Amino acid sequence: MQSTSASFKANAHDALGDAGLQKALAFTRPAFPARRAAAVAALPEFERLRDIGRDIKNHTLANLDFYLESWAGNVERAGGRVHWCPTAADARAAILAICQQAGARTVTKGKSMISEEIGINDHLEAHGIEPVETDLGEYILQLRKEPPSHIIAPAFHLNREDWEESFRASHTDLPADRVFNERRDILTEARRKLREKFLAADVGITGANFLIAESGSSVIVTNEGNGDLTQTLPRVHIVLASIEKVVPTLEDATSLLRLLARSATGQDMSVYTTFSTGARRPGDLDGPEEYHVVLLDNGRSGMIGTEFQEMLRCIRCAACMNHCPVYFAVGGHSYGWVYPGPMGSVLTPALTGVDKAGHLPNASTFCGKCESVCPVKIPLPKLMRHWREREFERHLTPSAMRTNLGVWAWFARRPAMYRAVTRVAAWGLGLLGRKRGRFTSLPFAGGWTDGRDLPAPEGETFFARYAREQRAGRV
Amino acid sequence: MSKDQMLAAIRRGLKRGALPEDQAMALRARMAAHPRHLVPARSRVARPAQVALFIANVEKEFGSVARVASLAEVPAAVADYLSGQNLPTDFAMAPHPELTDAVPWSERPMLQIRVGRAQASDLVCVQHGYAAVAETGTLMLPAAPERPTTLNLLGDTAIVVLRASRVVGAFEEAWDLLRAERHDALTGGFMPRNVMLVTGPSRSADIESTLELGAHGPRRLHVVLVDDDPAALAAA
Repeated sequence: MQSTSASFKANAHDALGDAGLQKALAFTRPAFPARRAAAVAALPEFERLRDIGRDIKNHTLANLDFYLESWAGNVERAGGRVHWCPTAADARAAILAICQQAGARTVTKGKSMISEEIGINDHLEAHGIEPVETDLGEYILQLRKEPPSHIIAPAFHLNREDWEESFRASHTDLPADRVFNERRDILTEARRKLREKFLAADVGITGANFLIAESGSSVIVTNEGNGDLTQTLPRVHIVLASIEKVVPTLEDATSLLRLLARSATGQDMSVYTTFSTGARRPGDLDGPEEYHVVLLDNGRSGMIGTEFQEMLRCIRCAACMNHCPVYFAVGGHSYGWVYPGPMGSVLTPALTGVDKAGHLPNASTFCGKCESVCPVKIPLPKLMRHWREREFERHLTPSAMRTNLGVWAWFARRPAMYRAVTRVAAWGLGLLGRKRGRFTSLPFAGGWTDGRDLPAPEGETFFARYAREQRAGRV
Repeated sequence: MSKDQMLAAIRRGLKRGALPEDQAMALRARMAAHPRHLVPARSRVARPAQVALFIANVEKEFGSVARVASLAEVPAAVADYLSGQNLPTDFAMAPHPELTDAVPWSERPMLQIRVGRAQASDLVCVQHGYAAVAETGTLMLPAAPERPTTLNLLGDTAIVVLRASRVVGAFEEAWDLLRAERHDALTGGFMPRNVMLVTGPSRSADIESTLELGAHGPRRLHVVLVDDDPAALAAA
């Protein structure tokens, strides 16, 4: 997928003025945190499970080479094939080769963020193979040629009118005057349309939430059942997974599953959690005849051993974005690439380069909510701060900001002078703003005062007041 | 080759070569022992309460449960459910001996049964339940020649016949059943090609974040629970 992360500021500006988007955001904003909170409250062990989830992932990452080799050996023992792909281009080539070998004309797809990452749909289309997204949200985005705006609710930025309009425009074989009385009618039409696709597909591509080393299994989690139809009906099943998905055992995966759905949608379990191990066995009446796993690195190994390694614990639940004030102001598309919200602000610079995505780790209020809800306790604000430091070190920060930071740093290292200057500034601003109590405009502060007023200082700095109160014996 | 290249990149990050043999052995031992982590207390209750918890969780997730005393009562329970929901009386059924041989379907001649995998035109499918997890009201449906996966997915209505003795408390216990009872000659392991954990009927909230049942899979999930476990009935 092409990144527009570099134009985050312009994207965000447009998003703030997009009435349809703002309506969808306002509609969903309260729902996500409430659902998670209810599920967490119903499981008293949840906080201890977060520590366990973090530890399982840390253990696996510290031995990632070992567990991947064990997993791959077990995939092959079960009759599957592993395709090791260092880059996105390698993964595209591997998938295309499997599809061509199968003589595929259409390919159904379960939801996979990695498939967005490597841009597989365009690649297949360019080679005459029709990819069909089957997750309801991904399906309408494919019709509208839009990227997802959220990692588990890809189309929640759309309103009902958008769905109806797109279905009328795309399903031209149905009566043009049909009426969509309720959301269910939209769902029913999509179900019928996609059933045909499921039955006709030659290859099914799914993602993977986990890979299990001890058994060579891949795991998908869905609510719709589209992933299961995708991997059960066609003759060939391709799993697209990245290296950090592996965990040692079913018990390890079980502990993480207890965190995943609760953090994501507030369900105790998603409807379908399915473990796939190899292809159809002797005597089986259904299931694919071939089972392939395309295992993708695409920059992730470069995070191991760095301060960003902790990001590889992520299980893609979306709790961080569901609780993020910035995400709910600007929506997912503003982030400009596959992964939005706090997890995207850490992952995107790692996978696409801080030169392209440096705005993202700056687009944070550092309120810390994301870290407090992360099921595997990734310190997202700290990691964003690391990116800001990298950006500064590499001289990617705008020069005005560098100069101002330099001036501030010079004063900050000289406390007496810092206090003297701020004391004068607080006194002056306090005097100027005494009448109205706020400023509607100030030199060099247009970025702030354009959108809101700046409260006037009381005329005294905290230090000065503290010293005064201390002298008076009040503190 | 690319496998070596990827493993080398990971090891560069970890600042070491391949794991020394003693450490690899310790990790292999961890996998062989597959230790449990914390198991939530909610399912650590007596058998009758465990079965009650399973039923409550299925219903919480928009499924339904009919409890019958024996396999002999299954045909009536299925027929009653189908007529109650205004559903057709023909269905596809798993070729599992517990269903085909132990249930007296002939007592309900109205029911037309096709034994085998599901087809796209099937409106109702009857599946054999391998086990279930009380903790979340989840059915465990491992693929096998006698338990085709399509029966879980293609019908509008999924009915699962499950013995109460196969309801366990936590997921770990269900994995233990698989580990103990299954051995696959082809792979040398216990995992079948596919294990579906099913919690309620299919659903989607993709349209305006509002829940609708029946996205791509069944819109109804009905469990016929056969009370074959005296311990589970003790206080019921």
